[in-house]
Amino acid sequence: MIAQLIFIALLGVGGFLAYKRFLFVKRNILMGRDVAMEGNAADRWNTMFRVALGQGKMFTRPIAAIFHLFLYLGFVIINIEVVEIILDGILGQHRLFHGIGGVYNLLIGAFEILAFLVIVGCVVFLIRRNVMKIARFHWREMTKWPKSDANIILITEIALMSAFLKMNAAESILAAHGVEHYVNMGNLPISQWIVPFLQGFSDGALVAIERFCWWFHIIGILAFIVYLSYSKHLHILLAFPNTYYSKLHPAGQLSNMSNVTNEVKLMMDPSAQVVEDPLAPKKFGAKDVEDLTWVQLLNAYSCTECGRCTSVCPANQTGKLLSPRKIMMDTRDRMEEVGKCKDAGLEYSDKSLLGDYITFEELWACTSCNACTEACPVNINPLDIIIDLRRYLMMEESQSPESITTMLTNIENNGAPWAFAQADRGNWTKE
Amino acid sequence: MVRRGRLRKQIVVIGQKNKGMAEFQVRTMADCMAAGETPEVLFWVGCAGSFDDRAKKITKAIAKILHKANVSFAILGSEESCTGDPAKRAGNEFLFQMMAMQNIEVMNAYEVKKIVTGCPHCFNTLKNEYPALGGNYEVLHHTQLIQDLIAQGKLSVEGGEFKGKKITFHDPCYLGRGNGEYEAPRVLIQKLDAELVEMKRCKTNGLCCGAGGAQMFKEAEKGNKEVNVERTEDALAIQPAVIATGCPFCNTMMTDGIKLADQSHVIAVKDIAELIAEAAEL
Ligand code: SF4
Ligand code: SF4
Repeated sequence: MIAQLIFIALLGVGGFLAYKRFLFVKRNILMGRDVAMEGNAADRWNTMFRVALGQGKMFTRPIAAIFHLFLYLGFVIINIEVVEIILDGILGQHRLFHGIGGVYNLLIGAFEILAFLVIVGCVVFLIRRNVMKIARFHWREMTKWPKSDANIILITEIALMSAFLKMNAAESILAAHGVEHYVNMGNLPISQWIVPFLQGFSDGALVAIERFCWWFHIIGILAFIVYLSYSKHLHILLAFPNTYYSKLHPAGQLSNMSNVTNEVKLMMDPSAQVVEDPLAPKKFGAKDVEDLTWVQLLNAYSCTECGRCTSVCPANQTGKLLSPRKIMMDTRDRMEEVGKCKDAGLEYSDKSLLGDYITFEELWACTSCNACTEACPVNINPLDIIIDLRRYLMMEESQSPESITTMLTNIENNGAPWAFAQADRGNWTKE
Repeated sequence: MVRRGRLRKQIVVIGQKNKGMAEFQVRTMADCMAAGETPEVLFWVGCAGSFDDRAKKITKAIAKILHKANVSFAILGSEESCTGDPAKRAGNEFLFQMMAMQNIEVMNAYEVKKIVTGCPHCFNTLKNEYPALGGNYEVLHHTQLIQDLIAQGKLSVEGGEFKGKKITFHDPCYLGRGNGEYEAPRVLIQKLDAELVEMKRCKTNGLCCGAGGAQMFKEAEKGNKEVNVERTEDALAIQPAVIATGCPFCNTMMTDGIKLADQSHVIAVKDIAELIAEAAEL
């Protein structure tokens, strides 16, 4: 009974903490301005199924993709087991679903195999990050916290999966000894190899081990859910809405600024009929997170910090300061900062995303090549943010590299980026 | 050319038979209108194609191909302006939209339906960014139109001087990733009976030449390498006879890169349109 109460209390505390954090994240995302959704829902679902559920873009890097698939499947499927654990905990039962018969043993067997694959995946990933030191995990923006974040997650997953396997091994021995409650699940594929290590223990010790692992597993999962919201691991949830809302039009197409359209129309023809776009922003371009759209902010929270974008970025690969991953990490960090200031009633306009986080030099290194958007496994668009920040620099602050100003003046005066006369455009036909 | 002072003088023009434009007259939309004709296709030449000496050769090659295939086409000539692509990518949406609306006004007045461009940036902008401003056209990149012409039997190409030669294609970002066209240029290279070889980064994974996003018009930011040098190394690794391009800016960047690597006597940089025109001895 006491165990049940403790369990329910823990569940409550974990749920509450997670809920609070998720509200915080949601509020932060909705800090962004609203944006019209183009295209139809069917295409959006399609993208989501292909990219998020089907891991479609992961497989351009097959090795990482296979091990990631282990973790992904493990995460999704082993959670079915968590349902049983929660029900057991609340109801004071043991292995509630065992009653369903032989299927149960098969399921647990399958979970064990997945758990084992998850462990293999995590070990491989730890090695890739810490021993092989794959370059994209060690760029400038991968400071202490992002690095530890990745390692914490991997180690926690190994610990959780090991607890699950050890719990089953202890259970098998206890069942064989005929100890009450404990159920016979047959020969389990992975935990049977742990059994010999536990054979020497007394029944009392085994019960303690089994119970410890059970509590460790569920508390670990609760803690993990709360931790998730502070971590790049939010992608396991947000990858789904993020791909759903990702852009459907060709990557080369940049958004049209309707607030500019109206001004230009009136400039060209003062009597022109213009329709006010209710969603048109006040500013031209973005200076801070609130000027970005909520989809762009959702992008930032969905970033897994994998660095695939940065590893294909021509600017980054030739030693420039720009890193598309950093664009996303900065946006997220600034969003969290603004969110906290808002909660505490503090002023936050003394800083901004543009300038304090992302600099002129970074923005102006971008070739708008879309390599980053193509590479991103969850359809994040760093280029969109870069362009919005450039727009602010250009249109609100009149800041641009000198040669760019010259180029723009030429376009304005001669209809070409160079100082040639427009009248000569057709000269080639006579040469 | 027109970019960084440092590179300007180093640009060499790869030897190319240039028969000039004496054989036929390219008409403007205004000429056609005066004659009461409506050409089927508007050939959008673009700024580089109009003014840059190297790019003008590409423009001429495209015009010759269109002429050869009996396509009814015209240009805007002095009525054409920059599409506004570099302005938009530099963040100056005002200037972009001003250019776009002027161009749309001109094109709509001529009732333009179909456009072929010699530049992927113009292609992308006209195709994707003009509709929101009232410009709705069927827009093709020149490699797409040439592919169509061959498919319809209006143009035939044989290998000619490129038969069996190793040719690689450098995907322009705004044709490939930007608009998902990877095949048309490759199909054309294969039509030349050439050996199409791929660089290690190609198609969706192709590396930018470094010119996009208005970079063409400025010094690169601080770094340890020029992007075009990095890209040229990809090409050097497979030692092709020709680096084929589909964009006047890529062409400049790759030509510069090959020149810097002192390889211009072995590797030529040519637009697909030039390859087709030369093979057909136009
Ligand atoms: S679009 Fe810009 S940020 Fe993205 S890969 Fe290309 S240069 Fe880098
Ligand atoms: S933006 Fe995408 S590719 Fe880049 S680090 Fe984040 S998740 Fe990875």
